[in-house]
Amino acid sequence: MDKEEYKKLVDKLTPKENKKKNALVAFLVGGLVGVLAEIVVVIFVHFFSVSRTDACLWTCLLVIFIASLFTALGFFDNWVTKAKAGLILPTTGFAHSVTSAALDYKRDGFITGIGANVFKLAGSVILYGIISAFFFAILGVIIYG
Amino acid sequence: MNYLAAFLFAGIACFLAQLLLDNTKLTPGHVTSIFTVLGAFFGFLGLYDKFIAFAGGGASTIISNFGYVLYKGAYLGYQEQGILGLFTGLLKNGSCAIVGAVLFSFILVLLFKPKD
Repeated sequence: MDKEEYKKLVDKLTPKENKKKNALVAFLVGGLVGVLAEIVVVIFVHFFSVSRTDACLWTCLLVIFIASLFTALGFFDNWVTKAKAGLILPTTGFAHSVTSAALDYKRDGFITGIGANVFKLAGSVILYGIISAFFFAILGVIIYG
Repeated sequence: MNYLAAFLFAGIACFLAQLLLDNTKLTPGHVTSIFTVLGAFFGFLGLYDKFIAFAGGGASTIISNFGYVLYKGAYLGYQEQGILGLFTGLLKNGSCAIVGAVLFSFILVLLFKPKD
């Protein structure tokens, strides 16, 4: 068997990640999270008579609480593995990364474990969010006044 | 129709994120950071306000909303307090997500044990 044939064989036998299925699942799950969030926003606006901005913040908190709780209960890891970007991109992914980091490092103690690692994964979102927001805000002030 | 818009907006964002994850070497950390920065960028362009008006909960649950909220906080902070406002305003509404995640995760970590 020469190299070419061997390469073909390897390509054939390497399990292909089903990209189409992944993308479809991400679309459906992500969309579902979006709809549920919108429903909760509407409930907050109608039944607690808060402004839409505040309702979005309440919803954000609720989503974070649910994702953290499900992570702590142990089954959210599985969901994230299955739904991938569908649960990573919404705020659920942020909450999941914070809670799972805190849980994973619990055995290393409160300071060197939880304290040092709680933002291990979410830290980059906070870091680049703050940096980009700061400079875009300066640009915004210069351009829009 | 707000619900359909919320579904489509959040769904398409996650779809694009999944394409990035599958077709590049980027990790979830990269992708969420990119979407956060994009959120701040679209906020700067004035587009994210429109996304929120159009897709409501759909636009405000994805991580890009975090970048947008930070941008908005810093921009409005400047209007109120000048340069100091950029610093004091940036995390105003954004602190909701950070404090929420830290508080809930800490309490839950005290209550639950990690799964092996």
